[in-house]
Amino acid sequence: MKKELGIFVLLIILCVIVSAINPNFLAAINLQNLARQIGAFGIFSIGLGLVIITGGIELSVGSMMALLGVLLSMMLTEWGFPIFLAIIACIGLSMLLSLGHGLLITRMNMQPFIVTLCGLLFYRGLARFITKDETKGFGTVAGLDFLRYTANGNFLGIPMPFILLILIAAITFVVLHRSVYGRYLFATGRNAEAARYAGINTNRIITLSYVIAGALTAISGIIFAFYTNSVSPANHGNAYELYGIAAAVLGGCSLRGGEGSVVGILIGTALLQVLRNLVNLLGIPSSLDFAVMGAVILIGVMADQIFTERRNRRQIALIRESAARDATPAA
Amino acid sequence: MAVAATEINRPLFEMTGISKRFPGVVALDNVSLNVNKGEIVALIGENGAGKSTLMKILGGAISRDAGTITIDGNPVEIRSPANASALGIEFIHQELSVLDNLDVAANIFLRREPTTGGFLKIIDRNRIYREADVLLKRLGLNISSRTSLSQLSIAQQQLVEIARALSAGARIIIMDEPTSSLTLTETRRLLEIVKDLKAEKVSIIYISHRMHEVEEIADRAVVLRDGRNAGEIQKREDITHERMVRMMVGRDLKDFFKGERPGNGHQEGAGFEVRKLRTLRYPNHIISFTVKPGEVLGLAGLVGAGRSEVARAIFGVEPALDADMSVNGVDLRIFNPHDAITRGVYLIPEDRRQNGLIVDFNVRENISLPNLESFSSAKIIDRAKESKLAVDACKSINIKTPSPEMRAANLSGGNQQKVVLARWLTFSPKVLIFDEPTRGIDVGAKSEIYALIRKLAAEGVSVVVISSEMEEVLGISDRIAVMHEGKLTGILNRSQFSEEAVMRLATGVEG
Repeated sequence: MKKELGIFVLLIILCVIVSAINPNFLAAINLQNLARQIGAFGIFSIGLGLVIITGGIELSVGSMMALLGVLLSMMLTEWGFPIFLAIIACIGLSMLLSLGHGLLITRMNMQPFIVTLCGLLFYRGLARFITKDETKGFGTVAGLDFLRYTANGNFLGIPMPFILLILIAAITFVVLHRSVYGRYLFATGRNAEAARYAGINTNRIITLSYVIAGALTAISGIIFAFYTNSVSPANHGNAYELYGIAAAVLGGCSLRGGEGSVVGILIGTALLQVLRNLVNLLGIPSSLDFAVMGAVILIGVMADQIFTERRNRRQIALIRESAARDATPAA
Repeated sequence: MAVAATEINRPLFEMTGISKRFPGVVALDNVSLNVNKGEIVALIGENGAGKSTLMKILGGAISRDAGTITIDGNPVEIRSPANASALGIEFIHQELSVLDNLDVAANIFLRREPTTGGFLKIIDRNRIYREADVLLKRLGLNISSRTSLSQLSIAQQQLVEIARALSAGARIIIMDEPTSSLTLTETRRLLEIVKDLKAEKVSIIYISHRMHEVEEIADRAVVLRDGRNAGEIQKREDITHERMVRMMVGRDLKDFFKGERPGNGHQEGAGFEVRKLRTLRYPNHIISFTVKPGEVLGLAGLVGAGRSEVARAIFGVEPALDADMSVNGVDLRIFNPHDAITRGVYLIPEDRRQNGLIVDFNVRENISLPNLESFSSAKIIDRAKESKLAVDACKSINIKTPSPEMRAANLSGGNQQKVVLARWLTFSPKVLIFDEPTRGIDVGAKSEIYALIRKLAAEGVSVVVISSEMEEVLGISDRIAVMHEGKLTGILNRSQFSEEAVMRLATGVEG
């Protein structure tokens, strides 16, 4: 919990500073927008976090969203799919492709970075090819109100994506921190070999984490498609996987695996979105958007590292001290 | 001779009052060691006696908590392996530390490459191959220094390490179990080379469990026990097998094994039968043995004899070519550890920290891990049940930890081993395989582990104990199966037990 607390304090400090400089930060409309962004980004970030906890990585998130976005548009506006079927098809396809990632990684022993990097390139190319590089929208198809509401609407003033995120986070929290699967996930990420010796089917656990990430990516993808209302196959979702990775790492996930929490990922996501918001509100040139984020992530992770080192050194000092105490009467 | 004697009287280096403590264990307590020029000193002691720790301090791999080190009478600080190397101390590790993606010469000159071209630092290839070839010839190794390391046998790679030490200008070479993976002929060659080095006034610290090697080459034997000096054999002619074993073992273990042996009487049932087992490593050898319920079968042999491979194949960690096995007449079909666990067959692996435990997990999480499903409903873990299980387990087999919430990494070796055992005791085991159960464990915890093994046998478990410690395997077992290079060379009954009998089978002299 210590890690989450540190990042949470950083988040609060940022919010206080921004609202002091520009009170518009606290305006209902800004907070709603912020919450909507946090919701949409948070959902797939949780999936990515699970993958990272197993010691893996998933780089194809953004491209996958572009592919799913254009397919969703084409299914609804060109191929006449019923809405329900289109949604199921989107989530199903994403899970299937992610299953492919998981199997390549566990059965073929390929490196997650490489498998999902190929996914990143491949899905982007596919999205551009099937659309002939044309931007796709949702035109005037009737009956999409529910999806539009899910992406853009509010319930009791709270943006729907944020509500969805809280629901998904609650479920994931129980699965990750209270259930057998979660324990296996951490065990596999910490030490896959020892997990195997304990009888855990580590291949299945790892594959499962990619499939869950795929499902959550699809849900985020559908929200983004209706949020932007048009999907440009070349740009949609660009670099979103990096937002997810950054949120997970800020939230205490280690890329070595075996570490992380749902709460941490949520706070990490919130922090990133507050940073983007801050760039807008403080009149920082939007071209500096990424630079600000990069700097804050670096500082956050560095501070964490410094604290860890200091704790370690203090422990070593304690051991030394007690050793010296024991040695004195003997000498 | 008189001149030589005075020269030898002044030690080349001395370690005095060395202490080192790790979390939860005192690894070294006021240990001293000195070595003269051109002397071969055997450093002997059981696993966990502190030999490796002492040598790691000398080699600069870890720091000491107390004590002094002097070379040629001058106190020195050894802060890193590079430091040690500069002082003429070279370490030949038990696990080879050569890089098999480079060739022989590149390995020999690693970090000391002669260069040309000024700041460009271009490696002088002609020179390294020429000088490396000379060194290889000196060690009687008939290969080109351009050969890739990956093409060499273990023994040859080891000679490359020695060549590296010599080219670095070593005055003291530490050899940690250098013959553990060598065949008899290779061992003979290595011993000759060690004698040649002595003749060239290089000092050798020789760590080995193989008493006959020590008898043959050592000028002096220094014995460690439980992290302390346990004596020294000064004269070459006094270095005998029996004497060394007596000094190494002390009283504790012998006393333990002399006590009562619960579980000796075999119980009803066919027990654990391995009819036909072939491992990937040794596909040409068929292993078969039987362990009755209530029996402890020792599995002896030298390192690399294929015993762990047998254990891993039975447990399903590694695929087996054939695995025709049964427990109490019921056929066992095991393809992965999960299969083994559901059928009552459990392994306490050799490498506790890497395979046995998840060291960053706490004790509770480690104990419940394989049996989580039975402490959960609808896949949600019941924390209360889980905690109670862990507390009970700690109490019942005496795991010494302030709380089950303590990270396993912070426990001593003996307590870690008990945690690994505790997780299997949450089931009701039919077969338990212990792979080197007391490696790196202090004597007190050792006798507790032995008592647990005998107690489990008394409860009707079929127990297999893989052990490289002679005293242990002779003491704990009801029968001993011995392996040599993948082959089961014989099974001894208690009446046939003797160190010599085991050693003959283990070295492949018989059978």
